[in-house]
Amino acid sequence: MSTTLIPIAAPADRPPPRPGSGRRPGGLRRRRALTGLAYASPTAALVAVFFLLPIGLVGWMSLHRWPLLGQPEFNAPANYTAVPGDDLVRGAARFTVAYTVLMTAILVVVAVGLALLVQQRRRGVGFFRTAFLLPMAVGFATASLLFLGMLSDEIGPVTRALAALGIVDGYVSWTSGSATSASASAVVLVVWRFAGFTMLIVLTGLQAIPTDLYEAARLDGAGPWQTFRRITLPLLRRTLALVLTLTITGSLLAFDQFWILTRGGPDNSTTSLVMVLYRKAFIELDLGSAAAVSVLLLLVLVAVNVVQLGALRGRSR
Amino acid sequence: MTPRFGRRAAGGLAVALLLAPAACGADDPPGAVGTAGAARTAGVDDGSTLTLWTRAATESVSRAYAEAYNATHDNTVQVTAYPNEEYPAKLASAAGARALPDLFATDVVFAPQYASQGLWRDVTDSFAALAVKRAVAPAHVRAGTWRDRNYAVPHTIDMSVLLYNKELYARAGLDPARPPATLAEFAQHARRIDQLGGDVHGTYFGGNCGGCVEFTFWPSVWAAGGEVLTADGSASTVDSAEMAAVFSLYRRLYEDGVAAPASKDEAGPTWLGALKTGKVGIAPAPSVWLGLIEEAGVELGVAPITGIDGGESTFVGGDAIGIGATTGKAAQAWDFLAWTMSDEAQVEVVAKRKGVPTRTDLASNRYSSADPRIVTINRLMAKGRTPYAKNFNASFNDPQSPWLRTVRGALFGDTATALSEGNAAITRSLQQG
Repeated sequence: MSTTLIPIAAPADRPPPRPGSGRRPGGLRRRRALTGLAYASPTAALVAVFFLLPIGLVGWMSLHRWPLLGQPEFNAPANYTAVPGDDLVRGAARFTVAYTVLMTAILVVVAVGLALLVQQRRRGVGFFRTAFLLPMAVGFATASLLFLGMLSDEIGPVTRALAALGIVDGYVSWTSGSATSASASAVVLVVWRFAGFTMLIVLTGLQAIPTDLYEAARLDGAGPWQTFRRITLPLLRRTLALVLTLTITGSLLAFDQFWILTRGGPDNSTTSLVMVLYRKAFIELDLGSAAAVSVLLLLVLVAVNVVQLGALRGRSR
Repeated sequence: MTPRFGRRAAGGLAVALLLAPAACGADDPPGAVGTAGAARTAGVDDGSTLTLWTRAATESVSRAYAEAYNATHDNTVQVTAYPNEEYPAKLASAAGARALPDLFATDVVFAPQYASQGLWRDVTDSFAALAVKRAVAPAHVRAGTWRDRNYAVPHTIDMSVLLYNKELYARAGLDPARPPATLAEFAQHARRIDQLGGDVHGTYFGGNCGGCVEFTFWPSVWAAGGEVLTADGSASTVDSAEMAAVFSLYRRLYEDGVAAPASKDEAGPTWLGALKTGKVGIAPAPSVWLGLIEEAGVELGVAPITGIDGGESTFVGGDAIGIGATTGKAAQAWDFLAWTMSDEAQVEVVAKRKGVPTRTDLASNRYSSADPRIVTINRLMAKGRTPYAKNFNASFNDPQSPWLRTVRGALFGDTATALSEGNAAITRSLQQG
């Protein structure tokens, strides 16, 4: 993930402008700057229209009582001050943080494990790499529906298969029977769906580690665990930073798996922050409050990423 | 992948906040919505194409209306149905984008919210000019009213009734011609049938579904003279003795295994499927399921939902329909709405399909007399209620609603605490906004 910049020749290296040409020394520089701006402007415009403007609008909405139709009414900071007292938001925040910690730990461990398994070029390794990555080809909402059907006591094969093995007996509701089984259903779904993709990222990091380092370590008598701790992990740090960023961000924004699989239940035990946000916007039709929760969630995301990337970079220096 | 990402995002946020006022100033609506079409009272049939949105649950009725209307009119009504759970969000985003359809129906209990938000046009004057206005289902009309103006009219009617399996009644030694007259007797019958054993259960309910429980339990509260809401829908009264008695009865049925164990987790989607198996003795359920369950080969009896010691009531559910606030074809849309309330539509479309007419004066008609069970259902409308509250969905139907929390506590946790804490939480939710 490093780039090499080709140094642009400084103006001092160039021959001085011919006398009488009428061009000032700054002219070329400004032209180059303008050319640069012209190249960058399409992207800048896209970022402005599809990223900055919506964020700005959300921020603006969060300062208002914002009806679906009709005039917004300025009411700042009421939308923000109501957030800490909202039981649903508090419960969802606790659950979302716990889920993020659990999900990140599981995904990273599983992905690194899978990547180590299929790292070497061996017979049949291609099959496993493909198999691990294949769930990625199923859309996430579709995958959630698939699990809902599979885990259903009425139509799904899972309970029946477990009953045939004598593990469960009678009626079981995986997705809404208890808080633990509901969360576990979602965790299994996310691992199935995302472990392969995460593995792929780790795999690229692993393969970027020069093999001579391993050879040198082996000559020095390092065992597999020492090699993993002293060589693989430190050199994988930047890759892991990327994995952590993606996983933590994804988990803090969790929605589909809970919306489809558990509906936030039982008893709000799997209600994520984005579900609360959705409820505020589309059920309570309180767009201002929904915007306020979005802004707070955005700030948390930015803060988490700054801290995390800062820490990972700092240590690798 | 550097810390700069964070700083850039925060910087961008600040810049965007400064820019935003300019961006949304242009977006403001041009004055009040919903009054423009009110002056015109007559419908127009000029060959326009009208879009109509509805939820999947009542799609078949909307389609039947549209088919009959299209066959006899120049206008064409096109029906689009959305999954029940996703429908409110679909409407909200369409409203936000000012792209509502010409006509849209909604679960009648959500009507006060949409009326108060101005999502429908004001149809007060057109409706007042309609000759049959006085006979149009009063509970539904009230639901579509906001600050004394009418925004929606009834589209379909669905009432909660007791459906019982006649074959299981006979097998358990009960008289299939004599349904329970009180809720206490309902419980006795359920217990008798449950004793048949095997995979037969006495009863079934949607214990993880706020909408299912209000639809099936509240009539028992009303029948006993209790209330669940104040008349203006601004406060909850679910901590009443009547409500506690109803919960306690169902709670014992669940604890004793008389209610199928799946009742605890039933969130709605598999409710109909469970009754279709023919393994449930007697259960409160939507009247429109009568035909659907009998198609599966289960012979059913119909009885009113009763209070603990007698009395009868029903939850008058179904869909209300109004004209989208952002449409330019209000007069054409009204032509369709006025037609749906006509004798022709109510008898030849609704009653013919064994539905409940939206007009009280058509409760007995040439189709209903063929099946005494339909007469039982139609007769109930006069005794039934449609609860009215602006924040109904957020307070009662949504999976994250305080009512569902209350239900779960009352049925499977500490009943007294659940009802008192739940009552306060529901009132807070009702008064929000």
